[in-house]
Amino acid sequence: MSNKKPLSTLYTVAAVTASLVVLGCASIDTAQSLDAMTQQMVKDSFRDQGIAKVDRLQQDESNAACSAADVSGVALTDAKAQGIEAANLKTVQWPADGKFVGDWKEGEKIAQNGRGMTWTDKPGSANGGNCYNCHQISREEISFGTLGPSLYNYGKLRGISDPNSAEARAIFEYTWGKIWNAKAYNACSGMPRFGHAGILGEAQVRDLVGLLVDPQSPVNR
Amino acid sequence: MRQTNPAAPLAAALLLVWCASALAQKSTADGIAEYREMLQDGNPAELFEMKGEELWKQKRGPRNASLERCDLGKGPGVVKGAFVELPRYFADTNKVQDLESRLLTCMQAQQGLDAAKIAATPFGKDEQKNMEGLVAWVSSQSKGMKLALPQGHAKEKQMYEVGKRMFYLRGGPHDFACASCHGADDKRIRLQDLPNLTKAKGAAEGFGSWPAYRVSSGELWSMQRRLNDCFRQQRFPYPGYASDVTVALGVFMGVNGQGGMSTAPAIKR
Amino acid sequence: MADPMRIRAQAAGDKTTVRVLMAHEMETGLRKDAEGKVIPAWFIQEVTASLNGKPIFTADWGPAVSKNPFLQFVVKGAKAGDKLSVSWKDNRGETRTDEATVS
Repeated sequence: MSNKKPLSTLYTVAAVTASLVVLGCASIDTAQSLDAMTQQMVKDSFRDQGIAKVDRLQQDESNAACSAADVSGVALTDAKAQGIEAANLKTVQWPADGKFVGDWKEGEKIAQNGRGMTWTDKPGSANGGNCYNCHQISREEISFGTLGPSLYNYGKLRGISDPNSAEARAIFEYTWGKIWNAKAYNACSGMPRFGHAGILGEAQVRDLVGLLVDPQSPVNR
Repeated sequence: MRQTNPAAPLAAALLLVWCASALAQKSTADGIAEYREMLQDGNPAELFEMKGEELWKQKRGPRNASLERCDLGKGPGVVKGAFVELPRYFADTNKVQDLESRLLTCMQAQQGLDAAKIAATPFGKDEQKNMEGLVAWVSSQSKGMKLALPQGHAKEKQMYEVGKRMFYLRGGPHDFACASCHGADDKRIRLQDLPNLTKAKGAAEGFGSWPAYRVSSGELWSMQRRLNDCFRQQRFPYPGYASDVTVALGVFMGVNGQGGMSTAPAIKR
Repeated sequence: MADPMRIRAQAAGDKTTVRVLMAHEMETGLRKDAEGKVIPAWFIQEVTASLNGKPIFTADWGPAVSKNPFLQFVVKGAKAGDKLSVSWKDNRGETRTDEATVS
């Protein structure tokens, strides 16, 4: 009687062994495994400090989707983007008294002030909008950033002449909404969601709207 | 009758106007670059380099040993050219490490100093002051050399991918990611130009110019300190000193800047 | 003992360019600390340089000079191998002297 295995079995064994060797040597990192690795490293690397706690790194749907799009290089689908915009629009708190336009002089101070919410800031201190970091606003202030579009002549360009007109109201609402939650109008906007995140309060947003739309504001002169 | 040349005053006026506009052609960015060029001579970072070289050779710590056997990736004691190949994978610790992380490893292994304690020490105090000197000197030994981070080891490749994900991670109350400021060309915050760290030129500029002496605060900032302050302004929580996330970002930036020149220790506003 | 100065002296023909980087806090006496207390003035008041023992340069400084001062001057008649010495004295009476060789 022969002790040799049939040839076909030998081939099968060889093939299985070969594929096992291949699987063992080439450990390819999938996108998911790298995402998980990143999440774990983030968890292990950051700690609370002052008012800045680690729960700040929990991404909401907007941030998670936009970060993933940036990493993959694949933009959000229109449907997804619109869904994010709609969800963010729901968070906008409109002025309780219906008054959108505040004091542009106070607005300028808020736009110039970059303090607040870092781990060296005291809890309860008022935050600034830091708008000049990213935007040109008045003509006089030459120290402005270019991360966002110029806002010089914001009101003038939109032809606000009668603040009580329906057209003006639509612009005031957009401006308020944009400052309160920029992602309501652009899903992956780079602009902070000042009202939604509790960075600025109603009065501050009102004054910023004033800075942008008031014909007397340096923005429109 | 005296002949006057009507063209003369006109020519003079035109020349004046042309000169004024020619001078005005120099942009703010050019002016700042020229100012920085002038500052290169007499960079106070050199004072830190001198201190660092002393510390490298000085016998210190419970083991009363110097750092001269420290392996920064090119073999024990080899400092020349080591900075431009960091972060990289190290077999003895089985992890990818940047300069600060590797110095901590050596200070503990060779000198018996407490790495965790040094990592927990605030910037500018005690052993962290010594780290300033060490990073200044080690980086100076690669000054002018090309960034050449290795990407051969699986963990080096992984850290690049982790760094990329970290770079685009939007978070904190302001929804900021590194990419919010450093993800596009020709952007600035107020009047401070921002290098695009996702592209070769910007990444080399950004990554290859730290450590640096910051004139505005009179301090030598390592890359770890620079990242720390970035996260603070992003309104993120506190990144651990030489933590994995900070090393991963170093890999991401350094690999993106491959072939660019290291100017560290540089001088900044 | 204060940290050492970094001195370079390079001869090019008849002119030698001397560059000195000094380590000093140069406090103006006008700054306040986190508690609101004035940080006392502490700055270099006198800088002197000599070539082979012969004085060639003096400067009177005040609080307007910034931290870690950089000084540059040109001296005629020096040659490679000459000994250059730079000293400073501050308002606390502390002093520092460092030497370099002209290259």
